[in-house]
Amino acid sequence: MAKVVFKNATRIYPGTERPAVDNLNIEINDGEFLVLVGPSGCGKSTSLRMLAGLEPIDGGQVFIGERDVTHLAPKDRDIAMVFQNYALYPHMTVADNMGFALKIAGKPKDEIRKRVEDAAKLLDLMEYLDRKPKALSGGQRQRVAMGRAIVREPQVFLMDEPLSNLDAKLRVQTRTQIASLQRRLGVTTVYVTHDQVEAMTMGDRVAVMKDGVLQQIDSPQNLYDQPSNVFVAGFIGSPAMNLCSAYVRDSGVEVGGAQIAVSADILAEARSRGLTEVTIGFRPEDMQLGEGMAIAIEFVEVLGVDAYVYGTIETTHGQQNTVIRTDGRKPPKAGDTIRVNVKDGHIHVFDSNTGERLGK
Amino acid sequence: MSLAVKAAVADPDLLFFPWDTPLEEWPADLVVALPRGISRHIVRFVRIKGVIHAVKEIEEHYASREYELLLQLTDLGVPSVRATAVVSGRIDKNGEPLPAALITEHLEFSLPYRAVFSSTPRPDTAIRLLDALTLLFVRLHSIGFSWNDCSLSNTLFRRDAGAFAAYLVDAETGEMHPNLSNGQRQYDIETAILNVTGEMMDLQAGGKLPESVDPIPVGQSLKVRYERLWEFLSKPILLEFGDRAPLDNHIRQLNLLGFDVSGIEMKSLDADRQVVQVGAKVVDAGHHARRLIRLTGLDVEENQARRLLNDLDSYRATNGANEVEEVVAHRWVTEQFEAVVSAVPRDLAKKLEPAEIYHEVLEHRWFMSEREQRLIPIEEVIASYISEVLANKPDEATMFGSPSGLDDTMEIALIKD
Repeated sequence: MAKVVFKNATRIYPGTERPAVDNLNIEINDGEFLVLVGPSGCGKSTSLRMLAGLEPIDGGQVFIGERDVTHLAPKDRDIAMVFQNYALYPHMTVADNMGFALKIAGKPKDEIRKRVEDAAKLLDLMEYLDRKPKALSGGQRQRVAMGRAIVREPQVFLMDEPLSNLDAKLRVQTRTQIASLQRRLGVTTVYVTHDQVEAMTMGDRVAVMKDGVLQQIDSPQNLYDQPSNVFVAGFIGSPAMNLCSAYVRDSGVEVGGAQIAVSADILAEARSRGLTEVTIGFRPEDMQLGEGMAIAIEFVEVLGVDAYVYGTIETTHGQQNTVIRTDGRKPPKAGDTIRVNVKDGHIHVFDSNTGERLGK
Repeated sequence: MSLAVKAAVADPDLLFFPWDTPLEEWPADLVVALPRGISRHIVRFVRIKGVIHAVKEIEEHYASREYELLLQLTDLGVPSVRATAVVSGRIDKNGEPLPAALITEHLEFSLPYRAVFSSTPRPDTAIRLLDALTLLFVRLHSIGFSWNDCSLSNTLFRRDAGAFAAYLVDAETGEMHPNLSNGQRQYDIETAILNVTGEMMDLQAGGKLPESVDPIPVGQSLKVRYERLWEFLSKPILLEFGDRAPLDNHIRQLNLLGFDVSGIEMKSLDADRQVVQVGAKVVDAGHHARRLIRLTGLDVEENQARRLLNDLDSYRATNGANEVEEVVAHRWVTEQFEAVVSAVPRDLAKKLEPAEIYHEVLEHRWFMSEREQRLIPIEEVIASYISEVLANKPDEATMFGSPSGLDDTMEIALIKD
């Protein structure tokens, strides 16, 4: 087990100007589960592949433990890539399916059996070790495939969208399994996904990337509560945070015909940056009915205990689509206009030029 | 969501398959029973306009991606299955979504490796399969395709005019890059070794692997095979002043690696210099003897035939690349083969059969030019061969058995690392 460090790591694909990964600096702690997340083309897979040795590193360094692995071949890095391609061998027992890579690596029989049994205990597969894969359920087969990576006892697990190929039900199931297994094993894990729900539910920390640049690396809670810029604010959370422009006033900001209180230091920071307008953000779940912003309702989606209200508010730049969550038992109706307040402390304010968060 | 078909030429028949039924439950009368490899997806074979197609259930994003990759590979001339269509937007009878389906044309006369092993469980079958796979692998890498899951299961094998060709059938994990880094190639090889060894271990567990084949060393040998072939094929050779020796040497090395010449491409740099690129293939037993007899009427042993054909191929590259093969072959027989054989004095002609004499003269030419570091005219080679080699041999024509059998013509490794 080891910590992993990206130090100013950069990858520029031949024939392109903009780096695919630009000066990446991340320290992943020993035993940590780090998720790299971002939209397609953000550099998350490239970063993982740089760590795996599948992409040359054009600038900076990558360390696994104390070793500088920047120029090492993939097989010398002591990592295990866990891909979605899990073919099990029908004539071999579950134990052999899990341990065959060790046999190829020339490990002694006793050691192979011990490692396979240790993994099988973790994976709840002990009683199946001498059976053929045919006798297993889909979920158990997935676990055998995971067992293959576990028995190799690598320093780091790398997983590149390992669940994207599964159907929705198996995906949620396997997600939970991988996360709990990783915690029991305590092996440093770097996991790539485009799905922010997956990122938020699995990672100890989540690194959000965009255009090859790390936007923020933080615990899921902090990413949600304190997004460091407009991109992270909009990317993390489902439904997404509402973002709109608002005027800077003496004691707050003004939008949708209402003033929203904002702390004095945020307002001071906005003024010191010479801003008369800012971008504000509020999550659908951080709203309550009151005397604040006016929302013209277009559509209401009732999901039982909650209802999502889709409507528009008037902003400095015209009408803006907005989603808020309300009580599903007493939902407002389409066509109505309601007034809502942002719950105390749940307004996010960003520099409308740079997108940066105001008031850390 | 409605059913959507993505295809270069969408056959209306495609729409009339039971897309609202999971592939696993398709009725038996619709499905063609063909051998299937190990797959993590449900795969079934069906007939469309009499042609057998494979249908694979897979998430839409992956289906489309693989479809595009297969089209690209076909365009680039890499042996791979042809993608026919992607059917997406499938919904079952309860309104629940079903995975998309990727449809590919079944490769006629091709066999999954399991079937190859169960029909011809000869020890060298494993080696032939690996050679064919290695060749495919090197070709894929040379166009910037990283497979990421190279295995025998993801390949189909076809005997093709005596050649043993491997075709890529599963591009699901593949990626196309402008070119591959060493790390990408190494990782791909490591994965291939693991997969191929695992598959052979599985054959062994099922009693289908010849006892003399040990999966671990055979699997590990993939790396060496790959690296030699990669180095060989990515290194064009330069010919100066019409000197054929480097080309002959190059082909010798290719043979030593277990491959044969599939084609020779030559470009002139200027009046005196040419760059030659040699393509490789894997052939089945007896292929050379059959080809030589067809081209020249010479009926000789397999290894002799291979040696003679190499000489013919390299002769053709330098003396008539644009002519019909049979015509050049005829000229080669008179100008090269018969010229050499008839130069041997009558009293010495009984010592060896003509094909073996020709083979040895070629060897001797190579030996002399290595020793003297110059291009040696054939007349000089023959004279030297007769006095230095042939005169000291016993008469084989009168001996029992066949001492000029295969062992004599086997070449020794000459690769300089």
